[in-house]
Amino acid sequence: MSLFLIVALPFLGALLPGIMNSAGRSACAGVTFTVTLAALVGLLTNLPAVLAGDVVTAGVDWLPMLGMNFNLMLDGLGFFFAALILGIGLLIITYGRFYLSRDDNMGEFFTYLLLFQGAMVGIVMSDNILLLLVFWELTSLSSFLLIGYWKHLPEGREGARMALTVTGMGGLAMIGGMLILGQIVGSYDLSVILQNREIIQDSPLYLPALILILLGCFTKSAQFPFHFWLPHAMAAPTPVSAYLHSATMVKAGIFLMARMWPVLSGTPEWFVIVTTAGLITMVLGAVIALFKHDLKALLAFSTVSHLGLITMLLGTGTAFGAMAAVFHILNHATFKAALFMSAGIIDHETHTRDIRKLGGLRHLMPITFVMATLAALSMAGIPYLNGFLSKEMMLEEASHTVLFNTGWLVPALAVIGSLFSAAYCFRLISHTFLGAKRDDYPAHPHDPPFGMWAPPALLVVLVVVIGVAPFLVQDFVFLVARAVIGGVAPLDVHYIKIWHGLTPALYMSIAAVGGGLLVLASFRPLLRVWDAAPRPEAKVIFEAVIAGAVALARWVIHGLHNGAFTRYAAIMAVTVLALGYHGWRTGTVGPATRSMQTAGAIEIAGWAMLVAATLGLVFLHRNRLLSLILIAIVGLMVSVGFVVFSAPDLAMTQLTVEVVTIILLLLALNFLPNRTPIESTVLRRMRDVAVALGGGITAALMSWHFLLRDTVAPSISEFHLANSYKGGGGTNVVNVILVDFRGFDTFGEIIVLGIAALLIYALTETLLDGPVRARLLNRKPDQPRAGDMHPMMMVVLTRVIMPVVLMVGFYIFLRGHNEPGGGFIAGLVVSIAVVMQYMASGFSWTAARQRYPYHGIIGAGVLVAGLTGIGSWFVGKPFLTSDYTYVRIPPFHEFELATAALFDLGVFLAVVGAVMLSLESFSRLARRAHVPDTEHAMDIDPSRDPADPANPKLEGGL
Amino acid sequence: MEFLVASAIGVMTAGGLYLVLRLRTFPVIMGMSLLTYAVNVFLFASGRLTIGAPPILTDAERYTDPLPQALVLTAIVISFGMTAVVVMIALGAYLGADDDHVDDPAPAKDGSEGAS
Repeated sequence: MSLFLIVALPFLGALLPGIMNSAGRSACAGVTFTVTLAALVGLLTNLPAVLAGDVVTAGVDWLPMLGMNFNLMLDGLGFFFAALILGIGLLIITYGRFYLSRDDNMGEFFTYLLLFQGAMVGIVMSDNILLLLVFWELTSLSSFLLIGYWKHLPEGREGARMALTVTGMGGLAMIGGMLILGQIVGSYDLSVILQNREIIQDSPLYLPALILILLGCFTKSAQFPFHFWLPHAMAAPTPVSAYLHSATMVKAGIFLMARMWPVLSGTPEWFVIVTTAGLITMVLGAVIALFKHDLKALLAFSTVSHLGLITMLLGTGTAFGAMAAVFHILNHATFKAALFMSAGIIDHETHTRDIRKLGGLRHLMPITFVMATLAALSMAGIPYLNGFLSKEMMLEEASHTVLFNTGWLVPALAVIGSLFSAAYCFRLISHTFLGAKRDDYPAHPHDPPFGMWAPPALLVVLVVVIGVAPFLVQDFVFLVARAVIGGVAPLDVHYIKIWHGLTPALYMSIAAVGGGLLVLASFRPLLRVWDAAPRPEAKVIFEAVIAGAVALARWVIHGLHNGAFTRYAAIMAVTVLALGYHGWRTGTVGPATRSMQTAGAIEIAGWAMLVAATLGLVFLHRNRLLSLILIAIVGLMVSVGFVVFSAPDLAMTQLTVEVVTIILLLLALNFLPNRTPIESTVLRRMRDVAVALGGGITAALMSWHFLLRDTVAPSISEFHLANSYKGGGGTNVVNVILVDFRGFDTFGEIIVLGIAALLIYALTETLLDGPVRARLLNRKPDQPRAGDMHPMMMVVLTRVIMPVVLMVGFYIFLRGHNEPGGGFIAGLVVSIAVVMQYMASGFSWTAARQRYPYHGIIGAGVLVAGLTGIGSWFVGKPFLTSDYTYVRIPPFHEFELATAALFDLGVFLAVVGAVMLSLESFSRLARRAHVPDTEHAMDIDPSRDPADPANPKLEGGL
Repeated sequence: MEFLVASAIGVMTAGGLYLVLRLRTFPVIMGMSLLTYAVNVFLFASGRLTIGAPPILTDAERYTDPLPQALVLTAIVISFGMTAVVVMIALGAYLGADDDHVDDPAPAKDGSEGAS
C-alpha cells in the first residue's frame, strides 16, 4: 500500500467515529478498529521490502521553494515504530471500547485517537523534517485533546494544559533546531541530512541545533528537567495513558533521537547531554515511582524512568547502545502498555487506584493478577521475561560507559536505577495483589469482560515469548538497529542471549533485584523518611513560572495598551521617530544632485495659505466648524500644489474628494458638540507639541533631503512611460497604470472602498436599531434650524445643473484613458451631482427618485471590473490582461475601444456606490433625528398654495 | 520650491500629530486628515518635483514620474473611505455613550492619563 495512504487512513478515518456515534458504541469502536487494521495491513504489505533492506519512499512537492515537501520514507526504524503505533493502537481501541462508560462520548474519543494515530504515523514516516515538525505539533495538539477528554475533571484540564505548554515549547525549540540543521545541510530532506554527518558535526551551528532539537525530544519524552508533565497527564482515561504515555507519543522524542542518531551522536556534547539527562531521569523517576500510591502515577514515573534508560542508551553513542535502546523500546511498549491496561482494569473494577486501599486482589481478580505480575516482573528484570534481556544489555553498556572521567559513576547509577525499578515493581505486585483479602474495597472487584483483558493478555504473551525465545525477534531488532545506526558504526552483536555467563552485568542485575527486595522489605520506614524530606513540587514550580509569565505579559501589555488611544498614538509616533533617527545615524546621505527650482509669487502665496490654515487649524481647533473650513483650505492648497507639479489627475481627485469629505464631516458635526473643551494640562500639551514638532521636523528634513537628490536606483516609471501607449493604448500614463499595469491593485482597492461603505451602512443600521434611535428621535438641535432649509433657488439650480454635471462626469470618464480624468474622478463628480440633490431637495424627495440601491451599484462595479479581468482568461491570457482597438463609426472621429475602459467603468460604479452609500447612511441618521421629512422638494414652493396650513415650514435634514 | 514642499509636509505632519494626540474624537479626525495630506504629498514628492510636464504622452521631451501619482490617486480615494468609517465609529460611540473622548476612562490608580 502506498505510504501516503497509510498516513492518510487514520486522518480520513477520524471522520467516521463521529458519524458512527449514534450507531452505537460497538459500531463506533468497530469502525475505528477497521481503519487502524487497514493501515496496519497496508504497512505490512511493505514488510518484504523493508526486510530486504530497502527504503520505501513516496513523495510529492508541497512547497518546494521552502524546501518543504510531502516526502515519506519507510525503513526499518520507521516500520518498527509504525507497527508499534498501529498494533498497540488496535489493542487500545478494543480495550477502550469496554473501558469507556456509557456517559462518555465515544465518537469524540476515537476521533481524537485516530487523529493522534495519524500524526504519530506521520512522524515516523516523514522524510522531510519540516513535514515531521507539522506532524510533531499535531501529536501535541491531539494529545492535548485526549488528556483533557474528561472535560469535567479539573485535573484533566490542568494536565492537558501543562502537557501542551511543555511539549509545545519544546516543539518551538525544535523548529529552530530543525531549521538550523536544514540550513547547515542545505536540504530539509532527512535522507539527505542523514548522509552529511561530517558537515553537520563540523559546523559551528552544530551545538545550537543539537540543544534545540534535544529540547524538543526531552520535553516530548519527559526527560529531566521536563519530566513533570507526564504524571499530570495521567488524568487522561487509561486507554490514553496506555497508548500515548507509555507506548507511542512519549517515544516520539526517543524516535527522533534515534532517527538523528547517525548525524548527531558520537560527539562529546551529545554524549554528555543525552547520557546525563537519561541517567538522572532514570534514577529520579524510579525513586519517585516507589513512593507513589496512585497506581497510574507509579506507572507514569516508571515510564519516565524507562524513557531515561532508553535515552541514556542512545546517548552512549555506541552501536551496542543503540541496539539495546531499540530492543528496550519494544519490550517497554509491551510490558508497560499491559501494566497500564491492568491498572485501568483495577480502577474500573474496584473504583480506586490507591495502592493503600488495595491488596489481596489475587483471589478476586486472578486473570488480572497473572497479567500484571508477569508484566511487572518483566519490568523488574526477572529472567525469562523480555525486560530482563534489555535490562541486561543496558547494564552491560553502562559498565563500559565513562562519564565525567569517573568510571564507577554510570554503572553505580544504573544499578541504583534498576534497584528502585525492581523495588517499585515488587511493591506494585505485593501491595496490590498479595496479602490478605480486604473487605473495604470501594466496589466489589472481579475480573473484567474478555474484551477488556484480552488486549493486555496478548501483550503479556509477547512479554513471555520474547523473554523465553529472543531469537524470534533478534533479526528484526538488528534490522531496526542498523536503520538507527545508519552505517556509522559496525554492529558486532549477532545473538540476543538469555545467558551470557558470569559477566559484570549479571552481578549488577542480581544486586538490583536483591536490593529491590530489601527496599521493599523496609518500605514503611523509607516512606516515613520520604514523606518527611522536603522536595520541590514540579507542579508548583511550573505554575509559579506560568504565573510569572502571565504577570509579566500583563504588565507589559497593560503598560502599553491601557485603553488610552492618545497613549498608543504617542508611543507609535515616538517609536517611528526613534527608528527614523536610527536609520539616519547608521545610513549615509550622498551630496545633493538636484538644484532647487525657483518659486514664483503664486507658489509662495499658496504655501503661505497652507501653512496659515494648518497653524490656524491647530490653534483654533476647538471651534469645530471653523476647523472644517480651515482644513478645506489645506485640501484646496494641496490640490493647487498638484496642479503646479504636473499632476492634473491628482488635483481633480483631491478636489472632488475634498467636497465629499467636507460634506461628510458636516453631516457628522451635526450630531457632535460644536466646541472641543480644554481638558489637557499645559504639561501634557507641551509633551504633545514636542512629539508633533519632532515628527514635523523629521518629515520636513527627510522630504527636503530626498527632493534634492535623485533616486538611488533607476525607477520603474520609465517602463510605464514607454509602454503606456504601446501596451495599454492610452496616453494618460497615470490612468493606464491604474486600470492596466496595476489593475489588480485597483481592483482590490475598489473592493476595500466598497467594504468601507458597507461597514458604514451596517454601523448605521446597528445604531438605528439600538437605543441610539430613541435618543436621536428625542434630540433637540443645539442650534436654531434655518427657516428655509430647501430654498427654491438652490433646488432649481441643482436640478438645472444636474445634467450638466452628469455630462461633465461622462466626459471625464471617457477622456480618462488619454487625458486627465478616469473612473475615480468621474465617479466622484457624479456623486457630487447626486449629493447636491439630497442637499437641495431633501432626503425623501431624492430617495424616492433614486432607482437603484447603492449596495447594488458597488456590487455591480466590482462585478464589472472582475468580469473584465476574467474575460482575458477566455483568450488564454492572465487575469486583467487588457486589449484595445480603434473603431471608426462615421461620421465620428476614429476612437479607441479598450477593455481597460470597461474596467474603469467598474471603478466608476464602485466609487459612486461607495461614496453615496456612506453619505446616505450619515443622512439617514440625520433624518430620523427630526420630525418627519417633507415630501416636497422646496419648503416654499410658489406652485403650492403658500397659505396651506397642511404644509408649514417643516424641518428636514439632508 | 523644494523647500516650500518639504516645509509644508513638515507643518502638516506636526499639526496632524498634535491634533491626533487630542482627547476628543473630532480633533483626532481632523489630525488624521491632516496627516493624510502630509503623507500623500510626501509620497507624491518621492517622484521629485517637476513643473509643466504632466504624464500625458505628447511630443514632449520629459514627463514627471507617473508612478507616485497613480499610488497617491488611489490613496486619496481610500483615505475618504477610511475617514468615513472612522467618523461613523466616532459618531456611533458618541451617540451611544454621550461621550466623545478617545481614551477609555482611566482606572482609578492611573488618573493622570485619561482625565487630564
